[in-house]
Amino acid sequence: MCPSPTREIRRTRPGRAALLAALVSMTSACSGGVLDPAGPVGAADSNILIVATVIMLAIIVPTILLAFWMAWRYRASNTRVEYLPYWSYSGRIEAVVWSIPILTIMFLGGVIWIGSYRLDPFRPLPSAQPPLEVQVVSLDWKWLFIYPDQHIATVNQLVVPVGRPVHFSITSASVFNQFFIPRLGSMIMAMPGMVSQLHLQADKVVTTFGQSAQFSGDGFADMTFTVSSVPEAQFATWAQGAAGAGPMLDEAAYLKLLQPSRNVPPQAFGGVDPTLFEAIATQKIAPGPGPEPARPPHSGREVSALGSR
Amino acid sequence: MIDTSLPAAREVARRAHEDPYRLGHRDHGAGPVEGAGHGETGPARKRIIVGYGFWIFLLSDIVMFACFFAAFAVERNATAGGPVMSELVEMPRVGWETAALLLSSYTCGLSFAATNARSKLWTQVFLIITGLLGLAFVLMELSEFIGLASRGITPQRSGFLSAFFGLVGLHGLHVTLAGVWLATMLAQVQVKGFRPEIVHRLICFNLFWHALDIVWIGIFTIVYLIGAIT
Amino acid sequence: MFGKLTWSAIPWEQPIPLITSLVVVLILLGVLALVTVKRWWPYLWREWITSVDHKRIGVMYCLLGVVMLIRGFADAIMMRSQQALAIGTSQGYLPPEHYDQVFSAHGTIMIFFGAMPLVIGFMNFLTPLQLGVRDVAFPTLNSVSFWLTASGALLVNISLFVGEFARTGWLPYPPLSESTYSPGVGVDYYLWAVQISGIGTLMTGINFVTTILKMRCPGMSYMRMPMFTWTAFAASLLIVAVFPILTATLAMLSLDRFFGWHFFTNDLGGNPMMFVNLIWAWGHPEVYILVLPAFGIFSEVFSTFSGKPLFGYRSMVMATLFICVVSMMVWLHHFFTMGAGPAVNAFFGIASSVIAVGTGVKIYNWIFTMYGGRVRFSVPMLWSLGFIFTFVIGGMTGVMLAVPPADFLVHNSMFLVAHFHNVIVGGVVFALMAGIDFWFPKAFGFRLHEGWGKTAFWFAFVGFWVTFAPLYVLGLLGMTRRLQHINFPQWTPWLYMSVVGVGILILGVISQVVQLVVSIRDREKLRDVTGDPWDGRSLEWATPSPAPFFNFAVMPNVEGEEAYWGIKLRAIETQRLGPEPQYEPIEMPVNSVVGFYTAVFATVTGFSLIWQIWWLAAVGLVGAFIGFVVFAWRDVHEYHVPADEVARVDRARRAARLALLERIAEREAST
Repeated sequence: MCPSPTREIRRTRPGRAALLAALVSMTSACSGGVLDPAGPVGAADSNILIVATVIMLAIIVPTILLAFWMAWRYRASNTRVEYLPYWSYSGRIEAVVWSIPILTIMFLGGVIWIGSYRLDPFRPLPSAQPPLEVQVVSLDWKWLFIYPDQHIATVNQLVVPVGRPVHFSITSASVFNQFFIPRLGSMIMAMPGMVSQLHLQADKVVTTFGQSAQFSGDGFADMTFTVSSVPEAQFATWAQGAAGAGPMLDEAAYLKLLQPSRNVPPQAFGGVDPTLFEAIATQKIAPGPGPEPARPPHSGREVSALGSR
Repeated sequence: MIDTSLPAAREVARRAHEDPYRLGHRDHGAGPVEGAGHGETGPARKRIIVGYGFWIFLLSDIVMFACFFAAFAVERNATAGGPVMSELVEMPRVGWETAALLLSSYTCGLSFAATNARSKLWTQVFLIITGLLGLAFVLMELSEFIGLASRGITPQRSGFLSAFFGLVGLHGLHVTLAGVWLATMLAQVQVKGFRPEIVHRLICFNLFWHALDIVWIGIFTIVYLIGAIT
Repeated sequence: MFGKLTWSAIPWEQPIPLITSLVVVLILLGVLALVTVKRWWPYLWREWITSVDHKRIGVMYCLLGVVMLIRGFADAIMMRSQQALAIGTSQGYLPPEHYDQVFSAHGTIMIFFGAMPLVIGFMNFLTPLQLGVRDVAFPTLNSVSFWLTASGALLVNISLFVGEFARTGWLPYPPLSESTYSPGVGVDYYLWAVQISGIGTLMTGINFVTTILKMRCPGMSYMRMPMFTWTAFAASLLIVAVFPILTATLAMLSLDRFFGWHFFTNDLGGNPMMFVNLIWAWGHPEVYILVLPAFGIFSEVFSTFSGKPLFGYRSMVMATLFICVVSMMVWLHHFFTMGAGPAVNAFFGIASSVIAVGTGVKIYNWIFTMYGGRVRFSVPMLWSLGFIFTFVIGGMTGVMLAVPPADFLVHNSMFLVAHFHNVIVGGVVFALMAGIDFWFPKAFGFRLHEGWGKTAFWFAFVGFWVTFAPLYVLGLLGMTRRLQHINFPQWTPWLYMSVVGVGILILGVISQVVQLVVSIRDREKLRDVTGDPWDGRSLEWATPSPAPFFNFAVMPNVEGEEAYWGIKLRAIETQRLGPEPQYEPIEMPVNSVVGFYTAVFATVTGFSLIWQIWWLAAVGLVGAFIGFVVFAWRDVHEYHVPADEVARVDRARRAARLALLERIAEREAST
């Protein structure tokens, strides 16, 4: 059972056609993700992603085609081409072969350098308006958002005004997490005892989602939060309405939040202790507890506070 | 098409000899050349191979120490309100520990000189002295740790103390294991004399002991000396 | 008395691990019973378990790797199917506490106990043969290395039915992996399994650096070594340089967990970021340890099946060493999002892209190896062409990830997952499949069935793309990795497509098994009588198949690159072999039980440390030490193979080669 080489190569062509078809269909399905940004940071990030892709495609597509062409042309059954059994060096080819990657990488290096500076998460966004301050705490397994200027807090729900930069100060009350809103752009780690900074902005009215991008335990999969960007006036109304309505986020309420819980529905707090975030970030309030330690009847195995499902 | 003007094998040999990228390798001569293992002279002798392999192991061990040094550098100030380095340093004791270890390196070298002279007696004598000096080092270090613990200075207190005890403890552990190795070598030399494999192991042991000394100099400087000054 | 260990460590209430463990134990007992009944123990003990022959150890490594690849693949099937089932209100069949162990085990097993043993197995089998010597520098140490790796694999598998495995992912980031947030024994199983096998791997690295630098046959200078040996050398250098980092870092985490130290804890000055830095300083070179020998395999395959020497040998060597060195300077690209700042991020991003230079040079050199050649589309060549397509795309996505702002969008997403599978499967696994087909006759004396090999390739190639291309899309849609449950139904079609791909991959695995079974059944028809079934170019093809235990009756004298090719052409030209050499007795190392013995005690020590049975751990350590001393006390470490035995084996080889020469002469006379 030895299929001829011709059939081997021809079989790769339908394979490649299928892949091209998949690529086309992929682009149409790209709404709602990182290639469908709703703000300037996301747009700049995805632009760079696409630029890098295009540069690399320009190199690799000819390379792959060259490889298959070479294998096909010099197949053993093709006696019409010259057999060069000792040919193993060519200075000119070496020069090209080294220069193509070097030049590509030099260009890409420029993109990397400039892009890293321009899109540094710590860098404030240019805007006529002052940024909205939001303090973010990642807990097991939900997100707490404190709006210090509006004196409110929410769990698993983020509302931001359109067209205004938002300055996130991010920490964690347990293990590493990553604060990530795909349609708004860059993500950054949430680390206990430290405060990360992130600047994002929504330029469109959207309802999208955010999640943690660093695995943090059993409730990780449901650690998503809704993100709504609304017009400035609507945001102000929402903030004023929430203030005073709903419970107060003081230390006692926070300690209850610290307990592990999963699949937490959105919740709002009508008032916030102004020193709470700093206390969390400097670990004056200790980080959250972990799962129950090992003991019979599950010796050696963790039992989370949520039991097994 | 194949160049038929020269037989293929001669063609291959010709290209090999005219290889424009020869990096100074010479034709191997007619007679057998005792292999030192480099270039084209064939495999090296067992003694060279054993020594070389042990050097590579030492390099890897130094990388492991480097990680603990790095951890110490990163967490030097992570004292969490607890003791700082200057509170831990007792210069006289550190001085004696250093003296013991450096002297033991010297006696280890003497023992190897005796091995080269194939003197079983002096090899054993100097190995024993080396071992006793190493034991003195370990005991002094243990008493330092016990003393610190009695003051409540334990690795569980802070990241800095974990890094300190980790680095110094790792070195102490290496010295202890080298001591066990030394005892085994004493027994082997006594029973088997200076067979080639015993001599190879003594080479490796010597390298290890000296390397531990060098690491101690690093620890002494970076941990104790700089810690005492700042 | 037994530390934390009680009967409730066995997961009585969880059907999946319980039944799996039962099945595995039954299979194990069945195999042991079969071996006992057929009285294979003396043979296995003498020829395999206590063997210090690099070829035997290489085969055992590969066997371990293949078995663990299949276990890791089973984990992968569970992961893909769980994600396809647990969408919206459905919770699938794996609760989080189980799913989290599955993906952690999948990564750990695939890297440490699947890919590494296979790559090291190839290095073991081939390097002394390609260098023209009889064995590695430290044969008994080699055996110890293998058995320690096997011990680690055993510990991971024990975790399935006694206790649990880590739930942290394959790299246990603190604070999640500290005892506060992972109080079970799972992370401890991981730590000790990886530590024990890591010591074995480090010793392998030392062994091969010494062998390649100090033990080559006469005439083989550095620039005459085959390409696979160069890449094995670069990988061994990396092992020696970075595995101590792994040992140190996991030791620090163990101290934190066992004794309450604070290297990486959340409080009292611990620094979890330091763990991330240290572990990736090991982790990035680790993947180059895997991929460089894979590149070496492709160099051998491309040149052999094009009938030409490798193009640009010197460039390839330079590119290999370049990749080796630069791979130690890029580790931060695994955590661009940890906020190191733009200058640091940009430096590491540029360094990561720079590695693409070395890799690009290699790809082009392989392409130009085919130029002017006579390309035969054998099974290894198919894998190699599939690799060019797959790996180059995977490399492209890697360069995309190396741009920090782009990485900020897709870090830790399914895009990343697709990327690293793209390069590891497309690079390492494809190379291993090509290599298995290529060198199988050298190891076992008969070729593998070609038709089933090609079938397996096509299933694997198509299956790979159908499985992982949708994951790229999912990453771009915002899906992160390690999700036990999917909250966004719009991701469903891609998740389903991926499961279809897994089905195709399953067919590929089945085809490989069928290939093996059919080849064994038809082995007489597929017998390799000459030792050189593919018209090879390097020294391993100068030996009969399978190679005799001493490799070469007389060490070859090498005169150019492609040591064997020159010898072969001269023989064909002159229509005769060289003169019969002067046969002399050969010294070979004796077998030793110390490897197996060490592993038994390593397993005991590891298990008892995990469960904090301190007295048993002491027993294990003391027992291991006693073993070393007993081993060091042995008087006989070599035996002599008499000259007539050497002559007998070699004359059979020469007769086979003469027959081959006559066949070639007949064929050329008739054309």
